[in-house]
Amino acid sequence: MQIFEYNGSAVVAMVGKNCFAIASDRRLGVQLQTIATDFQRISKIHDHLFIGLSGLATDVQTLYQRLVFRHKLYQLREERDMKPETFASLVSAILYEKRFGPYLCQPVIAGLGDDNKPFICTMDSIGAKELAKDFVVSGTASESLYGACEAMFKPDMEAEELFETISQALLSSVDRDCLSGWGGHVYVVTPNEIKEKILKGRMD
Amino acid sequence: MSQSAVDVPPKGGFSFDLCKRNDMLTQKGLKAPSFLKTGTTIVGLIFKDGVILGADTRATEGPIVADKNCEKIHYMAPNIYCCGAGTAADTEAVTDMVSSQLRLHRYQTSRDSRVITALTLLKKHLFSYQGHVSAALVLGGVDITGPHLHTIYPHGSTDTLPFATMGSGSLAAMSVFEAKYKEGLTRDEGIKLVAEAICSGIFNDLGSGSNVDICVITKGNKEYLRNYMEPNPRTYVSSKGYSFTKKTEVLLTKITPLLERVEITEVGEAMEE
Repeated sequence: MQIFEYNGSAVVAMVGKNCFAIASDRRLGVQLQTIATDFQRISKIHDHLFIGLSGLATDVQTLYQRLVFRHKLYQLREERDMKPETFASLVSAILYEKRFGPYLCQPVIAGLGDDNKPFICTMDSIGAKELAKDFVVSGTASESLYGACEAMFKPDMEAEELFETISQALLSSVDRDCLSGWGGHVYVVTPNEIKEKILKGRMD
Repeated sequence: MSQSAVDVPPKGGFSFDLCKRNDMLTQKGLKAPSFLKTGTTIVGLIFKDGVILGADTRATEGPIVADKNCEKIHYMAPNIYCCGAGTAADTEAVTDMVSSQLRLHRYQTSRDSRVITALTLLKKHLFSYQGHVSAALVLGGVDITGPHLHTIYPHGSTDTLPFATMGSGSLAAMSVFEAKYKEGLTRDEGIKLVAEAICSGIFNDLGSGSNVDICVITKGNKEYLRNYMEPNPRTYVSSKGYSFTKKTEVLLTKITPLLERVEITEVGEAMEE
């Protein structure tokens, strides 16, 4: 069995007009047994920067703690928040440092940069950045997510429509994956507010 | 955390902390993940006034296309560019690292970088990791000694050639070069030949696809033609978009209003002379 399939996960991020949305499933499992249905995969780094981590849950939590630590150090030294592009380079460097014994997780980074321009990117487990202008996916359900997002995505969507699109894409993809699901957790971030929503999905 | 209570940024290079744990997981039967590879067709050729580099733009993760429009031509110096094939993280990291080393060297020597310098730095690094840093590169540039084109293999061997191809689509591209290359090509002929070679990789090799990127380097000038050709546009795009008949059911909503981001510019007093 693949290491990434040990816990199961699905994370997706999409770009809209001056906003972005990042969504994940909520299941935590040990191979085929479900242990928790409220696992937090997406975490806030600062008000305009979120990171979703898929893969082995222990590395998800460890990597998140390390990144929050580095960002807090940065805030103390620079007296400001990190830009999303800079943060992506930081994550890439931290992952590549462990090139021959990697953290077994794939991050999805989403943030609002200068002029409220949305920024999304994903990486493989050794830090190869993949910037995209439309959507990025990661996790065991990634193959279904690629298909669903390709079909459903439209450029320049407003926050409401973006929420609907990303939720539908997430829920339809995790329905085709045994290892992820049990609801969804969506964050839609505009320059003025963060909307966090919990979705009702199939509990199987 | 380990003995050192603070996770200070390390001095550089690789860290092997998690190797033991990952080995234990592999022995328990869990297979390691696959890395993002750039299946790739990358080419370079020397023409009358300089060097032309070309690359496709597909990044794969196993059989899935992870990125339809990635950048494989990396900046090394104002007069030197490098195309990378193999594991994407390795090509990016190694080209970034050597690019920084070249810049420091330029500051120290007050001279423009030479292609042979970049070549030596890259091959030394790759050889010392005995091929485990899986980066296959086509390095090209124009320096004071003229135009140069080199290929670098993951184990550290290099070749100096008038035209070169690397990656999974290299055979398809090389066949075009072998048939049509001649010395003393003009800029337009060179670009046309490179585009044709990359297209043959895109259409015949499954690991390469999407668009053609081209970079033309001449003495004192460079032109990076991103997405020079897009022979694979998206067909059947529905103008209506997707309509959802049933809205998603939301269990819980939490709205956090954010304060306006204000730029504070410190207005201080001028220093006294």
